[in-house]
Amino acid sequence: MTEYHVINKRSPRLDAPDKATGRAKYIDDLSLSGMLYGALLQSPFAHARIMNIDTSKAKSLPGVKSVVTAEDAGLVKYGVSPARYDETLFCDERVRYVGDEVAAVAAVDLETAMEAASLIEVEYEELPAVFTPEEALAEGAPQIHDKYPGNLCAEVHQEFGDVAAAFQECDLIRTDTFINKRQDAAFLEPNGCIADFDLNGYLTLHTSTQSPHYVMRTVAMVLGLPVGKVRVVKPYVGGGFGPKAAASPLELSACLLSMKTGKPVKMNYSREQVFLFSRARHQFRHVLTTGVKNDGTIVALTNECHLEGGAYASFGIATVYYGGSLLGAPYKLKNMKYDGYRVYTNKPACGAQRGHGGVAARAAWEQQLDALAKELGMDPVEFRMKNAMEAGDTTCNDLYLSSFGQKECIEAVAEGSGWKEKKGRMPAGKGIGMATGFFVSGAGYPIYRSETAHSTVVIKLSDDGGTATVLTGSAEIGQGSDTVLAMIAAEALGVPLDCIKVRSGDTDFSVDLGAYSSRQTLMTGHAAKEAAEDVKRQILDVLGEKLQIAPDRMDMKNGYVVFEGDAPEYEEIRTLYKKEHRGFKDNPVEGPLTFKEAARAAYLEKGSIVGTGKYKPGELGGKFKGAAVGTSPAYGPSAQVVEVTVDMETGKVTIDKMTDAHDCGFAINVTSVEGQMEGSLSMGLGEAMFEEVKFDDRGRILNANLGEYKIPTALDMPDIETIIVESNEPNGPFGAKEVGEGAIMPTIPAILNAVYDATGVLVQELPLTPERVYMALKEAGKLKK
Amino acid sequence: MKRLIALTINGKLHEVAVAPNLTLTDLIRYDLGLTGTKKGCEVGDCGTCTVIMDGKPVNSCLVLAVQADGREVLTIEGVETDEGLHPIQQAFVEKGAIQCGFCSPGMILSAKSLLERNPSPDEGEIRTAISGNLCRCTGYQKIVEAIKEVSNKG
Repeated sequence: MTEYHVINKRSPRLDAPDKATGRAKYIDDLSLSGMLYGALLQSPFAHARIMNIDTSKAKSLPGVKSVVTAEDAGLVKYGVSPARYDETLFCDERVRYVGDEVAAVAAVDLETAMEAASLIEVEYEELPAVFTPEEALAEGAPQIHDKYPGNLCAEVHQEFGDVAAAFQECDLIRTDTFINKRQDAAFLEPNGCIADFDLNGYLTLHTSTQSPHYVMRTVAMVLGLPVGKVRVVKPYVGGGFGPKAAASPLELSACLLSMKTGKPVKMNYSREQVFLFSRARHQFRHVLTTGVKNDGTIVALTNECHLEGGAYASFGIATVYYGGSLLGAPYKLKNMKYDGYRVYTNKPACGAQRGHGGVAARAAWEQQLDALAKELGMDPVEFRMKNAMEAGDTTCNDLYLSSFGQKECIEAVAEGSGWKEKKGRMPAGKGIGMATGFFVSGAGYPIYRSETAHSTVVIKLSDDGGTATVLTGSAEIGQGSDTVLAMIAAEALGVPLDCIKVRSGDTDFSVDLGAYSSRQTLMTGHAAKEAAEDVKRQILDVLGEKLQIAPDRMDMKNGYVVFEGDAPEYEEIRTLYKKEHRGFKDNPVEGPLTFKEAARAAYLEKGSIVGTGKYKPGELGGKFKGAAVGTSPAYGPSAQVVEVTVDMETGKVTIDKMTDAHDCGFAINVTSVEGQMEGSLSMGLGEAMFEEVKFDDRGRILNANLGEYKIPTALDMPDIETIIVESNEPNGPFGAKEVGEGAIMPTIPAILNAVYDATGVLVQELPLTPERVYMALKEAGKLKK
Repeated sequence: MKRLIALTINGKLHEVAVAPNLTLTDLIRYDLGLTGTKKGCEVGDCGTCTVIMDGKPVNSCLVLAVQADGREVLTIEGVETDEGLHPIQQAFVEKGAIQCGFCSPGMILSAKSLLERNPSPDEGEIRTAISGNLCRCTGYQKIVEAIKEVSNKG
């Protein structure tokens, strides 16, 4: 077994001291001299025609520097998937949801900007609106986009195997309908940005984003600037979870206002505006029919899904595909049919959120599988073990599982939770449930069609040789990527972690698609490893010449040069280093040749030592339409066991314990892997138990705040046990793959299955409020009086 | 019409003229430049703006600057000791209790306030004390472990 000095250990995060002391700067902590403040004017109507916009009063307010509408911004269509660009920066003739952007203002301070926005006079003619997929798909329904008749944003039809024939072979077939609720990502830092258009025509956007690269491209495209003139810089970001993975109207407005005024412009969303911007979890309605044999073999699945998408596509094209492509696996299923429909409504656009597109489908199916297991008289663990896929398998929709510790995860949680002792032996009102799930380790293809590398990394050595700076466009948004990349670079270069400095989140540093689809550890990690190896090779080449020794007979380990066989004479290099560093206290005196001596020698020979690395996945997936969505160089499976108490009189559900196992391939930073698992469970618990964005009958959000939109507090979270499974992913750097999203997949169904175990009742709509569970118990005649 | 107030922040007396509607959060962040105090909701839901005022943790977004006249306020910038990180900060760093970090200043101040009142809290008391500080990243597991770590020592 390879001995590692840095990775596969518990490392404090590099950014933690700054974050613990208030030193870490987030977007609203920054200011630039001469900075103006921006405010948006957003639609008060869910659907209306804009008859006239009069900005004269706003423009004449003292302190106002610029007022912009569609007339100034132009009507360049943008969005996330190029095939469905359906937004313009400002609405032209129509607004499509409460919150749709109509105009923006820059002024000397925020109060003036907000007052000016309120002075813009917009004449609307209200139009009939649709708020549910049923309303939107009804004949004669008001049309939201002329280009997409019937309010159908996207539809997907896929069939693998022969589903109709397969159902003929089944001994048992079940159909169930499942509904989740529209979620808000509820990251704690509201989106914010500062745009700075300088006098040389360069635009710098400082913004709280997950993807500087995508934002750079969208800003350049919408505002008509060359991509090379736009730089996007990400300060520390207070969480993203999906909605910060694409350019927002806030960012585009700030850029336009800065271009108009020649001054830096700061803009922030209020918490209410974060809810209005949304772009988080869709509402899905899944109708699943699954057929099994008496021996427990899962034979066939049909999955029909309607997604309530809101007014624009956002990430939704990918979402509707993920709603189908992430079922099938992790089970050996040969026949699967998927019909997905993403429907426009007059509500804020939904987009991507942790476990993109797959969370509701997974909850629906895993719950159905437990119902099937019960009818078959099989233990849920045994049922899943029988059907679970393994490394080397390919799913019916052509996803290749190069490593896949699904069975190991199931066994780990069964053992860790004491499943055998507890299942079927819980006291009344208590239940235990299990579920599995998996997620991609980086999307196989960029969101725009391109042959680009997904990640490039540059590593530059300091001239004294002692420090290596990792330069990357990747996005540290709280998940710990900076530290993971530093650990990978340190291990690959052969130096201790404290010799590595990471500068990230800047499009000037490198190309990186950003923090979404759980891609950075694998993809940016690969590029960082390759760049470090490039640096190491350059040093060893010089050293080889100086010492008259073949470079492949040397290596770097933990800050020292390691020679195969006897060490050659290197006193000349050491003497030179010491001569150059007279007066310094940390000069090497005796012992093995150090990394910095070797690196200094390389610098003296070659000048600045710079290494580069890149990563792009190979060809992945099948040839059918939509085959790209769901492809990935690797997949991270998970399993969970949840224990609950259900109050049979009131319907109140309490989560008592959660046991989670996840296969992350190989843990780079053990503490961070656990942290991602714990955070996933928390977000899944919130969605299962209380999260729901609610609307009134005119499309206005009723709970656009963190008091009434409830996310888990410390009191809602039970004790969590996390078990890391390592499968050594052949496509991952040092064997590593994702953990940030696979771990959320089993959470909701494990809770649902525990409730099913406790009550015998399948609750098939989220969230599990006491009222909903009470009604379900009552309907089933299980209510205790 | 601005009003002159005098308050002590992290042991230093500040005399400032403030508008009557200025919140303590905005005073601390924008007028005094202590940006470790965060702004997540501005209505007292999230706890990211937590500071300790006269010994008690408060949401500084719900306190007007004029109400802080004559008070003593501790922000995250005042928690470090002459020896470096405060033991609670150190535990948060070492235990992995920090991810995005946006809740961390408020969380650390709530924990500090708890441990001053009750040096050896049980898990329920820890969870209750930080229940006004939302965290979306960690599931609170490592935060609770970090606070336990310090309380055991104390």
